[in-house]
Amino acid sequence: MNSTFDISAIVAILATAMTITRASAVHALLYLTVSLLAVALVFFVLGAPFAAALEVIIYAGAIMILFVFVIMMLNIGDVAADLERSWLTPSIWIGPSFLAVLLAVELCVVVAAGGYGHRAGSVVDARAVGVALVGPYMLAVELASFLLLAGLVAAFHLGRSITATD
Amino acid sequence: MNHSNEIAIGFSNIVFGLVFLMVAASLLTWIERRLLGFWQDRYGPNRAGPFGVLQVVADGIKLLFKQDWIPPFADRTVFVIAPAIAMITVMLAFAVIPVTPAIGIIGNLNVGLLYFLAMSSLGVYAVVLAGWSSNNKYALLGGMRAAAQMVSYEVFMGLSLVGVVMLAGSYNLTAIVHSQQHLWYVVPQFIGFAVFFLGGLAETHRLPFDLPEGENELGAGFHTEYSGMKFGMFFIGEYIGIILISAFTTVLFLGGWYGPILPPFLWFALKTGVLVAFFVLLRAALPRPRYDQFMAFGWKLMLPLTLINILATGAVMLCWSTS
Amino acid sequence: MLSVLLTLWYTFLHLFHRKVTVSYPDEMPYLAPRYRGRIVLTRDPDGEERCVSCYLCAVACPVDCISLQKAEEAGRWYPEFFRINFSRCIFCGFCEEACPTYAIQLTPDFEMSEYNRQNLVYEKQDLLISGTGKYPDYNFYRVSGLAIPGKDKGEAELEREAIDTRSLLP
Repeated sequence: MNSTFDISAIVAILATAMTITRASAVHALLYLTVSLLAVALVFFVLGAPFAAALEVIIYAGAIMILFVFVIMMLNIGDVAADLERSWLTPSIWIGPSFLAVLLAVELCVVVAAGGYGHRAGSVVDARAVGVALVGPYMLAVELASFLLLAGLVAAFHLGRSITATD
Repeated sequence: MNHSNEIAIGFSNIVFGLVFLMVAASLLTWIERRLLGFWQDRYGPNRAGPFGVLQVVADGIKLLFKQDWIPPFADRTVFVIAPAIAMITVMLAFAVIPVTPAIGIIGNLNVGLLYFLAMSSLGVYAVVLAGWSSNNKYALLGGMRAAAQMVSYEVFMGLSLVGVVMLAGSYNLTAIVHSQQHLWYVVPQFIGFAVFFLGGLAETHRLPFDLPEGENELGAGFHTEYSGMKFGMFFIGEYIGIILISAFTTVLFLGGWYGPILPPFLWFALKTGVLVAFFVLLRAALPRPRYDQFMAFGWKLMLPLTLINILATGAVMLCWSTS
Repeated sequence: MLSVLLTLWYTFLHLFHRKVTVSYPDEMPYLAPRYRGRIVLTRDPDGEERCVSCYLCAVACPVDCISLQKAEEAGRWYPEFFRINFSRCIFCGFCEEACPTYAIQLTPDFEMSEYNRQNLVYEKQDLLISGTGKYPDYNFYRVSGLAIPGKDKGEAELEREAIDTRSLLP
């Protein structure tokens, strides 16, 4: 199981790096999807199959598809890709990557010190997640549902046809 | 030693399953045409081999030897990946189907149902990316229709299964089948069954709901630019999708392998086969709805229906457990 | 909703209907005598060619697939060559309708595939049959008033004796 975790973690990191550096938006989104799938596998290995499945269904299956959908509608051509490429100058990426390297070093130190041994915890199944959601995290769930409702109302407001109002 | 033996058995299981699936799907191309023929007072392909079975081989050879053309204006990588996604996602979903207690790859996965939903939601990528990467307006329109259609119908498909999960108390497909030993869920969950089947129809974009393809409006929709075996992969993927939805409907609503007299495997195959035939019947009988009608049908009829179904199931279960 | 289910049911019942398909090479379909298939040139009951090279068929042909050349021998006209390009022919039957002597006729035969397109150009010897086709008793020269060797004016069937206009007296 350890090798599965390591491989999928490495895939997740590489795919995320590719997501940032791709000039074509759709390619970047595809790498992001791969990254999400890898993260789902990590969840699975860590004993959270429910979270893994939801990661795939909601993030990879629904949200990323909507992103792809929007990008398809925008019909971004070579011009946008060139623009993207021009933004990838060292002066832009040097700062974030310095910070990322700091984090990576920190991670390496932690791993080297053997501080990540808490992998194989107990399996968190769907029932446990449900109990947690309507138990201790009830307030968070309600807040999230408020947020979603607000989003829904806003989408409805933006999406109503203009001819119907006047 | 024991561990590697287990892995070998699992691996051979997977290989056998995949081969079986490929054969079944390619046979289905022939079965569908024969059945369509019968329902239209024709014979269908009956010339090659006994009853025309070798038509499958002929079609396979033809697809393999056709020029595998990638249009110069297409996005090469994505264009090649898309049909592979179509095949892989449907085939992966089969891993969790418990055909019988003995036959199956990971029928005991504790989130089996969610795994299936995850794979079917990833299947959208195949169609959408095919539409986008072809760089063709009809393909793009097909891809956009597919994205909207499949993302919408996934919602109802997922929600329609909540009733089953509530009754069975598990996402584990084997456990769901076990809980149907006395009463198939098609009886208490008939709305769920109908919505799931229609959702599956939309998810596999089969004929009444084949708006992403829509031959007479969009050429061939998302696979307009595909030829040769890449088209063949979409083609076979669609048929595997039919088997997939039929098998899942069997597992979730029709009591899986349970049935009198006949051995479990035959019961499973029989139920799945009847559903596959029903898929074909739908294709033979019904015309394609208009796109807006189709979406309105989904959001204005199916969504409230599934929500009411969940509510009613929950209420009944609550009354049952308290009384 | 009910109508959809009924549609499904009625379509399902077609499983038990008789098939409309005729499995052609195994089971030959019935073709009516007046089926419009391969074109032939017929002969009259005496065994002579019926065609009188009037060119009406070639004129009537909408795709111009008929070509012929008139020749004359002992008062009778006949085609020197008669050529139908079946790769163009649309089997409309206009030539048959135009023909004043029932010479050109369409037959219930459609199996004329070729690997070489040139083989679809039929010459007179390919077209001419030894029989009379659909009209067994008809003989143009016997009913027409035209004088040919062995039959003078007024000697045709159903024809009154020729009137000598110069000897017409009150």
